[in-house]
Amino acid sequence: MEKKPAIELKNITKRFGARVIANKNVNLTAYRGEILSILGENGSGKTTLMNMISGIYFPDEGQIFVDGEEAVILSPKDAFSYRIGMIHQHFKLVDVFSAAENIVLGIEDGKYNLKNSIKDITAISEQYGFDIQPEKKIYSMSVSEKQTVEIIKVLYRGADILILDEPTAVLTPQETEKLFNILRNMRDDGKCIIIITHKLHEVLSLSDRVAVLRKGEYVGTVNTAETNESELTEMMVGKKVELNIHRSEPKNSVDRLQVNGLTCVDRQGATVLDDVSFTAKSGEILGIAGIAGSGQRELLEAIAGLQHLSNGEITYINPNDGKLENLRDKTPVQIRDMGVRLSFVPEDRLGMGLVGNMDIVDNMLLRSYTKGKSIFLQRKAPKDLAMKIIKDLEVVTPGANTPVRRLSGGNVQKVLVGREIAASPTVLMVAYPVRGLDINSSYTIYNLLNEQKEKGVAIIFVGEDLDVLVELCDRIMVIGSGRITGVVDARTTTKEEIGLLMTKSKEDGKETANG
Amino acid sequence: MAKVKHHREPLFHIVKRDDMVWWQAWLVRIATIVISVFLMGLLSKMLTEKSLLETFEIMYRGVFGRIETGSTVMLWKYLQEIAILLCLALALTPAFKMKFWNCGAEGQALIGGFASMICMIELGKTLSYPVLLAVIAVTSMLAGALWGLIPAVFKALFNTNETLFTLMMNYIATQIIAYYVYLKGGGSNIIQPVAEGNLPTIGGNRYLVNILVVALLTVFVYVYLKYSKHGYEISVVGESQNTARYIGINVKKVIIRTMAISGALCGVAGMLLVAGTDHSINTNTVGGQGFTAIMVSWLGQFNPFIMVFMTGLICFLRLGAGKVADTCMLNSAFADIVVGIVILCVVGCEFLIRYSIKFRHGKKEVKA
Amino acid sequence: MITQFICRAILLGVPLLYGSTGEIITEKSGHLNLGIPGIMYVGAISGVIGAFLYEGAAAGAMNGVLAVLIPFICAVVGSILMGLIYSFLTVTLRANQNVTGLAITTFGIGLGNFFGGSLVKLTSSDLPSIALTKTSAFFSVKLPFADSLGAVGEILFSHDFLTYLAIIIAVLASFVLNKTRVGLNLRSVGENPATADAAGINVTKYKYLATCAGSAIAGLGGLQYVMSYANGVWSNNAFGDRGWMAIALVIFALWKPSFAIFGSFVFGALCNANNYIQGLGTETQELFKMLPYVVTIVVLIITSMRKKREHQPPASLGISYFREDR
Repeated sequence: MEKKPAIELKNITKRFGARVIANKNVNLTAYRGEILSILGENGSGKTTLMNMISGIYFPDEGQIFVDGEEAVILSPKDAFSYRIGMIHQHFKLVDVFSAAENIVLGIEDGKYNLKNSIKDITAISEQYGFDIQPEKKIYSMSVSEKQTVEIIKVLYRGADILILDEPTAVLTPQETEKLFNILRNMRDDGKCIIIITHKLHEVLSLSDRVAVLRKGEYVGTVNTAETNESELTEMMVGKKVELNIHRSEPKNSVDRLQVNGLTCVDRQGATVLDDVSFTAKSGEILGIAGIAGSGQRELLEAIAGLQHLSNGEITYINPNDGKLENLRDKTPVQIRDMGVRLSFVPEDRLGMGLVGNMDIVDNMLLRSYTKGKSIFLQRKAPKDLAMKIIKDLEVVTPGANTPVRRLSGGNVQKVLVGREIAASPTVLMVAYPVRGLDINSSYTIYNLLNEQKEKGVAIIFVGEDLDVLVELCDRIMVIGSGRITGVVDARTTTKEEIGLLMTKSKEDGKETANG
Repeated sequence: MAKVKHHREPLFHIVKRDDMVWWQAWLVRIATIVISVFLMGLLSKMLTEKSLLETFEIMYRGVFGRIETGSTVMLWKYLQEIAILLCLALALTPAFKMKFWNCGAEGQALIGGFASMICMIELGKTLSYPVLLAVIAVTSMLAGALWGLIPAVFKALFNTNETLFTLMMNYIATQIIAYYVYLKGGGSNIIQPVAEGNLPTIGGNRYLVNILVVALLTVFVYVYLKYSKHGYEISVVGESQNTARYIGINVKKVIIRTMAISGALCGVAGMLLVAGTDHSINTNTVGGQGFTAIMVSWLGQFNPFIMVFMTGLICFLRLGAGKVADTCMLNSAFADIVVGIVILCVVGCEFLIRYSIKFRHGKKEVKA
Repeated sequence: MITQFICRAILLGVPLLYGSTGEIITEKSGHLNLGIPGIMYVGAISGVIGAFLYEGAAAGAMNGVLAVLIPFICAVVGSILMGLIYSFLTVTLRANQNVTGLAITTFGIGLGNFFGGSLVKLTSSDLPSIALTKTSAFFSVKLPFADSLGAVGEILFSHDFLTYLAIIIAVLASFVLNKTRVGLNLRSVGENPATADAAGINVTKYKYLATCAGSAIAGLGGLQYVMSYANGVWSNNAFGDRGWMAIALVIFALWKPSFAIFGSFVFGALCNANNYIQGLGTETQELFKMLPYVVTIVVLIITSMRKKREHQPPASLGISYFREDR
């Protein structure tokens, strides 16, 4: 049976400002009754492209056809009238509304009657096997509940072209499998499903065809059945790359940071870290793997003195005299004053690690402005440091006085990592350091980390890409729902083993991780 | 059969830009000011049947007087107006830079002036002049700081909305003054000017001290924000509290300290008004300038030197339009209208600096 | 005495109720309109101009319906125009809301005093005020059976129609916000415009409509003040700081129009209490007048301490929305 095209894109181009071209001349077709994956690296323009179909952005050039007719999609409302629905990566839900209110939001036909709507919602949930409480408020929901609301929202509107943006980023493998089954059912119903992802195994297990984008440009479409991981990777990154990260053997490794029974409760009273214990050693990279939001951020922030602990000890072993220093309940300033050289590259670069509106020099000052007795700032040293980082790490910038928000993602990260390394740390914590970076910048970061490792720094590396973790780290600690579910030797482990540990349930996760 | 199908599509759409060079931005702003002043001229032409040139001449005379004949009375008055408004705007700037929307300059200045007044009345006869001046200065600043601290403490502790809090504090201050005026005015609702504790006159000029104090403050605020460690902390807290936390800035402390400074500077403005100008106080002593100062600080992009220019402009319009109203038998509220129009235009023109409008190129025709 | 006190509290509260209902509707769309005081001034003066012109034109033979309708429409149109200026600047041009609002207030009070002062000059009276007592008489027609029901009748039925209209509008606003699709959409715009946009809601339209409707309602507060409270007498600056008090009432009412009804009467009572407490000096009375603001601050602090999600201001209050923000 010949499939009917649901959506066709012709020569779509989208620019942001004068310099950034997010999509360039993209041509793409998606058929009814199929699952199409849009595959591409971070920043390759996948989301922007889909946003143009769902009416968030409007293309600068080019045309969109729906069911063979040219469509002008100026707003999400137009998109709905073409029965297109998008589930965004960052949920578009109103926190203080209930699930049902969010689902009916923006629908204009028929009488407004929440009770009837709830009935319809329940019917949809039963049809596809969703588990949802329509009257529960969004702010008290878990991430996967929120995603369920998002999907029902789109189905409730009768969409038969569904776009999902990185739907599995926040899900456990079980939840992912459940979602995939639902998607397959929808495909068999004749719906057109488009899923944005950068995870190859998901592409291969779920989709019928794969369209690949690279740096905003359309590379091509292949049938899933006729392709394999290495071909897709090649299409994605342009040339065949072996993920081959240099890894040296740890030398003279000694304990540097001991964490014991760390427990941490968030503002809502939920336990985000539960009895976490581990040791970080000098001259090694300790990887931390886990589903996003399992307590990685809180763990690093607790060590950096940014989280209040309800229980546990953090002990730093001073490399000079072997003295033990207790870091619990110390502020970042106190930690610094104790002579503990702890550097931290947080996940949120422009919202935490750097100030986007300040220039590179002033961002260097963040770490050093308190130096000296004068009430005035000393800008000479930071300026020299900024110049050095720009030169050594090949930061592409018009100058040291350019606001960092104007730099590209990779250059922003170079500035941040450069600054943190410049403090010659003994402990270096990095969270998702290559997220959103191109391959070259990623390798710059890996090399910097390895350099530090060889200098004897204890590195804690929170990552999301298991391939990278396995290749780069010495040991990998797995965290799930705020607990350590296992520690493995990165040289001998497999991704599957780590994946299993990531989803290990609470009861059997009672293992400690002392190297 | 080739049928040409036209589609509705947007004629233009708006995109953000951050590539405008500073001088282009200033060109836009100055052009807007010129245009809006011109508009104002047209408005008064409609109302008064005076020609544009005549209107502007009246405005000029209203601000500078007969300056060519060596008469500087009007000029000093103009500088005094600038000094007070600028002082308030300067006071607000550290708070604004921290993204703390202090809408309470009115009240903080009033309370500062209130402290001056109490000192002048209660201590004026007992303390020697230099000591009295010192006491006035210190108490005014403390009082203003206290008025700024109250909302700041709650902001720091509970994240209480500061815009609304500081607004309410204005009216509490007003009522305290109303109470005091009745108390001391003996039911007459007026406190007669007090002779003790007036700021000194230099060379017979009663405004010079005020102007000098504010000139010093301008430099102080500029240096404080740009070159001091405190100023740097304020910028970091304003840009991102998360970053501030990350590098170990005590955000609560910075909020409280900055608002104390902001309030104290408002207190200085109050002192300049009471001890330096009116030698008396009433509920209208600040006269809404605390609100105008918010606009000045924002229009001046939190840069003290640009703020000097903005206050110069606003005071020029206010005095000039006042004079036009006076000469042409219009109501004095004409000045408020003029200032309102010009500020609205300048606020609106920021759009042209931050966004650009893109027209779609290339006709789209589809053959079906 | 008590009856009089309550009636007076209601009379004082009504302009605040109009102002705060208008401001609540505006804030629900995510716009903190600090121009409300100016807009209420413009509402009042537009009504006064309308009434003045009609009184002049009708010359004695005034039609009751027209005498009410003309000032009413003038007030609504005048305040909507101000609302349009505010929304054009803050919605379309995405200007800073605080600055724009304050400029609107300066501008609005300026307009009010300018036209007010000019009208006073036209009447060439000795007093610095305009008396529109004839029009005011039409505005304050009471329900016929009010007097026959004693104290209860006086408290419930003795007011002018604008008082009842204020309550009706507040109840209606409460109903629309909480029970209708329009209300749901509007609240979502103020909470999370990106979400509303993605759900197909025309964010710009809602922001404009809410701001203009809010302004129109607030403007009626100005009209009620002149025509009912002040018995048709306009004098410059007499309206005072009622606009700011209306903004305070929004906080006091926790962004709920139904609470604002009750709150406005509490404010009215607080403003008025000083006149009914025996043995207060003039100066102490002034201290009493700060009560509404103190109470508002207390409410503001308590709600920020309790952090109950339902009692917080709309989440994106004060933030401009630009769809293509990245």
